[in-house]
Parts: sequence; C-alpha cells; structure tokens
Amino acid sequence: MSGDPTNRKLTTAQAIHEALDLAMDRDPTVLLLGEDVDDPSGGGVFHISEGLSTKHGEHRVRSTPIAEQAIVGAAIGAAIGGFRPVAELMFMDFFAVAMDQISNHAAKLRYMSGGQTGVPITIRTAAGAGMQFGAQHSEMLESWVTHIPGLKVVVASNPADAKGLLMSAIFDDDPVVTIEPTLNYWVSGPVPEGEYTVPIGKANVARAGSDVTVITYGREVSFALQAAEQVAAEGISAEVIDLRSLVPMDEEAILGSVGRTKRAVIAHQAVRRGGLGAEISCLINEHFFGELQSPVVRVAGPNVPIPYAAELESMFVVDANDIAEGIRRAAK
Amino acid sequence: MPERDVLERMFELVTTINVADERFRTLLTSGRVRSTYYSPKGQECISAAFGAVLRQDDYCVTMYRGLHDHISKGVPLRELFAEFLGRVTGTCKGKGGPMHVTHPDSGLMVTTGVVGSGLPIANGLAWASQLKGTDQVTIVNFGDGASNIGAFHEALNLAAVWELPVIFICQNNRYGEHTRYEWATSATQVAQRSVAYEMPGVTVDGNDPVATYWAASEAVERARSGGGPTLVEAMTYRFWGHIFGDNMRYMPPEERKAAMDADPAVVYRKWLLDGGHFSEAELAEVEAAVAARIDDAMQFALDSPPPGPEELYTDVYKGEVVPA
Repeated sequence: MSGDPTNRKLTTAQAIHEALDLAMDRDPTVLLLGEDVDDPSGGGVFHISEGLSTKHGEHRVRSTPIAEQAIVGAAIGAAIGGFRPVAELMFMDFFAVAMDQISNHAAKLRYMSGGQTGVPITIRTAAGAGMQFGAQHSEMLESWVTHIPGLKVVVASNPADAKGLLMSAIFDDDPVVTIEPTLNYWVSGPVPEGEYTVPIGKANVARAGSDVTVITYGREVSFALQAAEQVAAEGISAEVIDLRSLVPMDEEAILGSVGRTKRAVIAHQAVRRGGLGAEISCLINEHFFGELQSPVVRVAGPNVPIPYAAELESMFVVDANDIAEGIRRAAK
Repeated sequence: MPERDVLERMFELVTTINVADERFRTLLTSGRVRSTYYSPKGQECISAAFGAVLRQDDYCVTMYRGLHDHISKGVPLRELFAEFLGRVTGTCKGKGGPMHVTHPDSGLMVTTGVVGSGLPIANGLAWASQLKGTDQVTIVNFGDGASNIGAFHEALNLAAVWELPVIFICQNNRYGEHTRYEWATSATQVAQRSVAYEMPGVTVDGNDPVATYWAASEAVERARSGGGPTLVEAMTYRFWGHIFGDNMRYMPPEERKAAMDADPAVVYRKWLLDGGHFSEAELAEVEAAVAARIDDAMQFALDSPPPGPEELYTDVYKGEVVPA
C-alpha cells in the first residue's frame, strides 16, 4: 500500500465514504447511483454516501427507484457513454434481481464488441451474515460473480484496504464488484489520509507462519488471525493470506505460501458446495499433488440458507474456532 | 410532407435493408454460411424513418432482430456483413455476431440478445448525454414481447423520473417468439403502458414510413429539447417468423400472406412513384447503387478470414490476455 502511514482510525464505512469522496473530487466522470444514496434520502441505508450529493451535486449522486435492473443498466449505459459510475446494490442477495445486466451485459460487452465498448463500473454491495437479517439479506455470493468472465471481484477485510481497493475499482477500466462485509462497516482501523490505491489482484500476507497456510478473505480474515493466535499456543505456526481480490486471484501468493507449508486451509463464509474454496483447493492440487502433507481443508458455511434465529445463525457463520479446528486438522 | 431528401433517404434505407436481408437469407439457404438469423423483413420502414431523423452522434441500442436498425444507424456495410459472418474484419472482430453488433462511430452502442435488456442500458446512455449537456438522444428498439418483462417497466419508470432524452421504440410485430401478442400481453396496445409512467406514448403504422417519420421527429425533438422520453409503438409484421428457418406454423398462413401482399417496401415505392416524388429511373438508380454496395460488402465479408486463435483470449479485460 502506498500513502503515508498514519494512526488515524476510521470505520470501514467512513473509509469507503472517503474513497468515494476523493474519487469524485479527482474525476468529474465518477457518479454514484443506488437506492437512498443522496442526502434527501438519507445518504444510504448505511450512511456511506452521506454528504456526497450535497457536496458533489444531486446530478452526480442520484437516488434511484428500488429497481436493480434499472440501476445497473443505467450504470452500464453511462459507462459506455464516458462515465465511471459506482452503483450500489444494497445487499448482495439482490444481485439475483440484476444478474442479467451484470452477467450478460456489464461483463460481456467489452468482449462482444471486440474491445470497442468497455464498462468501467463499480458495483458496491453489502454481504454476509451475523446481523439476523435472515436468508435474503445475508449471503456471500462471490461464487456467482467470480464464475463470470469479464468481471473483477474484490473483498476488503479492513478499513484501509476497503478504501484502497475501492479507489482501484473506480478507476479500473472494467467492471469491478466490491463485496463489503456488512458487519465490517462498523469495524475501525488505521486508514491513511488522501488518495492511495490497493492494487486489484494482489493478496496480503496478514500473518506470516510456517506450518499451515490459511487462505481467506473478507470478514473471515479477522477470524483467521484469531485462530492463528489460538493454534500458536499449541505450537502450530499458521500463515494467513488475505486474498483481497478474488478475480484476478493472486495465485502466486497462494502457491508461494503453500509451496513452503505444504498444508492449506481455505476459509470462507459462503456455503461449501461450489464455493471458491473448491477452486482454490483445485489450484493447490494441480501444483502440489503428491507434495502436500495433508488434504486441503475447507472451512465453509453449511449448504443451507442463512437462518434468522441468532443461535442458528452463529452456527452458520464460520468463526475463529471453526478455522482453528481446520488448522489443527491440516496440521495433523 | 417530409422533404424530398428525407423521402429519398428512407427509400435508400428501406432498399438497403431489403437487399441485405434477401442476400443474407440466400446465403443461409445456399448453405454457404451458418448463422442464427432473425430477419427484420417487414419491419424495415420503422428503422428507415428513425434513420432519416437521427444524427450520427445519437445513440442506438437494439436487439437480436437488428439488421434494419444497424443499417439505418449507419453501420458500414462491409464491417456489418463481416460481423454477421464471424470474420475478423467485422465490427466486433467476429466475436459478437449478428446478436451483438456494436459500432460506436455510428452511434450503434449495444445490440443485445436478451429480450428487454437494452432498455435500462439506453437510459444510462441518455443519462450520460444529459450529464454532459449535449443534445444527443438515445433510441432503443425492442419487440412487443419485451413490453412484458420487468426491465421494460423499470426502465420506463426511471426514464420518466429522470426525464431522460430516450425514445423507447416498440416494434410491435404481433408475436413474442412464437406466441401471439394477444395471448401474452394484457394491454390492447403497448403504447397504453406509457400512461402508467406519465410519458407521451403513440401508436403509429410502422409500415408507413412517412407516418413513422413524423412520430419519430416529434419524439426526437422532444428528447433533444429536454422534454424527456417517449414510447413509440410502431405496428408491423415480421415476414420470416421468429428465427429464419423456423416452420412458422404458429402464424396463420392467410395472415402472413396478407402481410406479405402488403409489403411495406413495395407499397412505399409505389407511393413515391404515384405521388410523382420520384421517377422510375431515379428509384432504379438508387436500387442499382444499393445492390452494388451490398454486393461489395458481401464479397468483402466472404473474402475475409475468421479471427485468429489469439482473439479467444483478448477483450475480456482491457489490455489483458486471459491465460489459455
């Protein structure tokens, strides 16, 4: 990460707000659109865009009807027309409503046009369980979008990365989905002032270790770090890789680490079946079959919709204990 | 009465669409090329009328039945045919095909293969023009079937709320794929749906280029002057069914025959002659020039190579080559 080191702390929500504000300051073609995003509508349900329409104008920060196809379609058209729109889809579950625009159009128009029309949009969305929002406002659906060629997908685990990744996404010339773990909006951390970017496609070694590699992203990074602490007391040294970018994925970072540890745990909140863990596990096996000291372990959500009751929801969510258990299995 | 040069331009466009469609169908039936083709024959006057009204820098979004719209927006015929044939010299290097023709230099911004999906994108293009303060307008073409999908309603509502310079053109050809209009659509006319969005809506005889020209002029003028969107429903008929080569059993033969007997291109030609607007020799001259241009474009396409294998991996992301 470039930018000055600082002890200034912001929540992830504040860090994202700052990135949007800086991007709009820098480039008049940056636009925001989504449900409730302008100030007369309250600056967004998570108040992330609060103040931006007052500062940058309601023509650049536009609240929309609750109409996800219209939102993403308008972003795509404006992008082809020369702008860099940032579209907010309130929860990732609502991607289902807009998927035709995301998959068939945003992702494919550059290819289908032989490179003539790129779609430099950013789609911001909140995702993840833990707030008792129930089955339709809680899913991590990264596998839906990582499967579609033409999209880039990033997930930040901390406020500083959330700001830097969003800056990269907005000024990327292709469509980028930024998945924002909902609970992280209220998590604070040091955030450098001013403009900086976290490059898309570069993982971060969140903790160095030598016995087991834990590959994870988003909210699970903090749980993986707690798990690494737990197992350290048992004499297991776990390395934690925060992918930050799912497409493109930093395969070099994964393979470099697993090449040393020969043991891997993949942790994500999304359900196990068809989850990104399967893809990463296969990548590891393609490179290290026969060299691994133990089977690749996946720590993931059970294959169920996300329940409402707090007791069940907490069972669903992959936490530090689950990851620690995974590390122990891999270390055997 | 439109100016004489407008009548001539519409005749030239109608003729170009017809000859292009004939040649392409011949090419398909001869077995020389394979393609999925949605013939626009029967609907050509709608595009020709809008083509005579729009500027090159206006934006157009269309759909898989789009050859008439591509031609009327001014996509160069050589590159257009080459794209239809999947050749590297095509507008999209052969990677889009007939359902995804794009040619920004002509203002042809998106061709979608998904029913109704162009409308929300057209809003975005219109929004871009509104933000830039240009007086460009955006048109988006779709069939009657698309008026039943959610994207249509989301798009009309947003366009009305944001007062976007966009024109929604429903080419009502009486069928959504194989299903008759009446069996799928609750409104007697699609234009009625504009009322719900407090947007001007008009139904016009899409087989009458002059009537369509006036409707197009009014809608374009409204959009260009900041008056917001319009829904134009142009009544028409498709001669060759949903996809060229389907058995068309779902279209009553007498209905199809009546439509073909009233071929709008033939009717327009006769009208131009009977009204004394053009002489036979003048029209024949236009037709000969069009035929020569189509011949040239077709030969260019047939002589062009397919895209090379490296093209499989490019244009997924800007400036990157996806690993094999």
